[in-house]
Amino acid sequence: MSQAVELTGQTGVVVRSHVIHKVLRNPMGMIALAILAVLVTMAVLADVLAPFDENFADIASTLAAPDANHLLGTDSVGRDVWSRLVFGARTTLLSALLCAAVAIGIGLPAGLVAGYYGGKFDGIAGWFVNILMSLPGIIVLLTVRAAFGPSVWISMIAFGILLSPGYFRLTRTSVQSVRNELYVDAARVAGLSDRSIISRHIFSVVRAPIIIQTAMVCGVAISVQSGLEFLGLGDPTVATWGVMLSEGFKNVYLTPTLLLWPAVAIGLAVGALVLLGNAVRDALEDGEKVKQRKRKAAESASATERTTPAPAKVRQARGAVAAVESGTEHHLVKVTNLGVGYPQADGSIKKVVDDVSFHVDRGEILGIVGESGSGKSQTAFSILGLLPGTARIVGGSIQFDGNYTVAPGEEKVSQERLTKLRGKRISYIPQEPMSNLDPAFTIGYQLVTPMVRVLGISKAEATKRAMKLLSDVGIANPERTFQAYPHEVSGGMAQRVLIAGAISCEPDLIIADEPTTALDVTVQADVLDLIRDLQRRLNVGVILVTHNFGVVSDLCDRVVVMQNGRLVEEGPVRTILREPKDPYTQMLLSSMLEGKEPMTMLVSASAKEAVK
Amino acid sequence: MTSTDAEFKDLLRVEDLAVEYPGKGFRAKSFRALSDINISIGQGETLGLVGESGSGKTTLGRAVLGLAPVTGGKVIFEGNDISQATRKERRKLSRDLQVVFQDPYTSLNPALEIGDILAEPLSVQGKPPAEAKKRVRELLDQVGLPADAISRLPREFSGGQRQRVAIARALALSPKLIVCDEPVSALDLSTQAVVLDLFLQIQRDTGVSYLFVSHDLDVVRHISHRVAVMYRGGIVEQGPADVVTRAPEHPYTQRLLLASPVPDPDRQEQRRADRHRLLEQQRQQNEQAAVLA
Repeated sequence: MSQAVELTGQTGVVVRSHVIHKVLRNPMGMIALAILAVLVTMAVLADVLAPFDENFADIASTLAAPDANHLLGTDSVGRDVWSRLVFGARTTLLSALLCAAVAIGIGLPAGLVAGYYGGKFDGIAGWFVNILMSLPGIIVLLTVRAAFGPSVWISMIAFGILLSPGYFRLTRTSVQSVRNELYVDAARVAGLSDRSIISRHIFSVVRAPIIIQTAMVCGVAISVQSGLEFLGLGDPTVATWGVMLSEGFKNVYLTPTLLLWPAVAIGLAVGALVLLGNAVRDALEDGEKVKQRKRKAAESASATERTTPAPAKVRQARGAVAAVESGTEHHLVKVTNLGVGYPQADGSIKKVVDDVSFHVDRGEILGIVGESGSGKSQTAFSILGLLPGTARIVGGSIQFDGNYTVAPGEEKVSQERLTKLRGKRISYIPQEPMSNLDPAFTIGYQLVTPMVRVLGISKAEATKRAMKLLSDVGIANPERTFQAYPHEVSGGMAQRVLIAGAISCEPDLIIADEPTTALDVTVQADVLDLIRDLQRRLNVGVILVTHNFGVVSDLCDRVVVMQNGRLVEEGPVRTILREPKDPYTQMLLSSMLEGKEPMTMLVSASAKEAVK
Repeated sequence: MTSTDAEFKDLLRVEDLAVEYPGKGFRAKSFRALSDINISIGQGETLGLVGESGSGKTTLGRAVLGLAPVTGGKVIFEGNDISQATRKERRKLSRDLQVVFQDPYTSLNPALEIGDILAEPLSVQGKPPAEAKKRVRELLDQVGLPADAISRLPREFSGGQRQRVAIARALALSPKLIVCDEPVSALDLSTQAVVLDLFLQIQRDTGVSYLFVSHDLDVVRHISHRVAVMYRGGIVEQGPADVVTRAPEHPYTQRLLLASPVPDPDRQEQRRADRHRLLEQQRQQNEQAAVLA
């Protein structure tokens, strides 16, 4: 109990100031807070605001209309409605808090312990939770009333216990998701006791959902309590909104306003609590959403701006696509001065690829090398037409086999043109083999379906081809792999399957995005061998995106080096690796460990040399 | 506890270590992650632990730290067996035994400011806040981060900078041994070089020992005095870094060495040919062994 009270008291501190700020900026949150503030003020200052005691009856004036003495009139026994409403606010809100406190007091600690330690306690607690959740709430509350009398406090404690499984489950799930995070391990190594780990590192994860849930639970508690009292099961000696509602209903034909005021109070309180919960949730969802909305707004704004000068260009692009520059048709892929950008909230465009030009011929392997954030994957994806929806081509063109996929002046990759090419003539080998296979379907199904669709062959023929492909990529037992689900094969095997898929429709170009980064070194060597063999056998062009110069030297004929979205150097693999001209390429190569004297400084030493 | 000279020479000695994870479900078979592990690390020495995914190298690091269930053998740190240390003993140990994890994105609590993260190990040891704050400033300086990092959140830093924060946290109590679990694997090439330099510099300045876990033979060769190679939950080969990483004896280490590509097309072609020859040779040996058996 004491712990729970402490928790609800912490809300102000717990939610970071910027969250409160966000809630206030949200009109719904603002309104909800204002209503709750008024209701809480009423409850706190009840003694001052109410001219009469809640049970003071003026027999002389029953069911009186509002006048100077009785602001909202009187009820059937002459009690002042305004006074009862104000005192009712106190009782109703306090009982709702009591309900939430009981639910948190039981659910939160139990959830923390069950989630953090698991084991027997978790099992037993889960069993209790299941029993609690299978009990019909209203019947339990009626039984409690029959046994303990019509006390609003006792019924709210009982209801709190009934609601505690919600907190238990919420807490347990959140704790389980962070229990194995590395920072919790680091805290263990630092020797923190379990109690301080839970309070410092784990509690911070659950407090936000708890606050949201509490707002909702308070609302539910008020409505359930009022409902019970409306049925006449409340304590007639204590003024609550529910009791007033019940009273008013009896006299609904004589004085309908008696029903109106408690109903308005209940509606406002429950509505405000629900809205507050929503506002807090929105505020905690990390601003991402707001940014997205703004970005879209900015987009539509810039789109309207563009409509004026653009039509001529668009019309030109929409008709027969402009022919590519003559003399360049023989290149399999040619990227010219490509720029890719993302519109920002303030209307500017953040360029992630800028003025990049290169080409790939048939039977050639081109390596795109760079560190994270260099724009290498974005470049590859723009050739595949798989950029996110918000991305814009801000300059340049891409041509594939003598036709533009992105003509000069176009803003978007034409999906219409690329859908015809993807899968058939351009295929893709991803970085994470496991996450690129659907766990719900067998490997065979995932190989056969695209072939049936793209090549238009029968299922039996596609199956035969799939078997052949699987053995081509060096899988010893194709039948077994064909029938296996992705989780039944290893990472290297999954990558072989994806390579089989990539070559299944006999493409002209394969784009491989870090195809071996997620694999072990010995598996990487095998996969590189496989890619090299297949490339020679099928004479396809390959664009290999990687950060590893070893992979580059193993496979590539030519290399382009990218840094911060720009192409810094291009050339044959031997020239780039042996005599790099650009300082960035030199720096990257000097960071390689191969051939370095062990236990010597890598960067500091070369920096010193440079100074000399 | 009395300790002989031999025991004291090694900062850490692991003897016949076994780690078993209990199986899931009633009477399920337990999973043996490590068996018969014997390693030792001297003062100021780096032992590189290399192996592929699933080889148990991370589990060994975690067993030393008390994060994995030790079901057999001993972990002797400065003459005391710490394999079954209680949380209280661990707290004392944390002054001498620290960790840097692989993923700098999940090893720092996203809700805490850098200053709080770095002060945590200090406050556990009962350092007064003012002193802790001073030490945090020193640490930031030592790992080359700006002093205003104290009041910033982890998400405001890049991967390499976060790894520096994690290193600073490990250094906070001036430990004698740091377990480094793939600390440069998630970093870019140039960042990796900078962070490796930092590890070397710290060792020169403070004489700390490292148990350096990595899947990358080049990284391990660069930073280690001695290297142990792990394969399927056991150590197949260990010795001086130069010998193990250049002229290995065990067939698995040989395969591992030739599998890692070199950044020169011609030398890589040579290495590729060597690798194919080695694989062929090992296959034939296996066949012969099978015939004899």
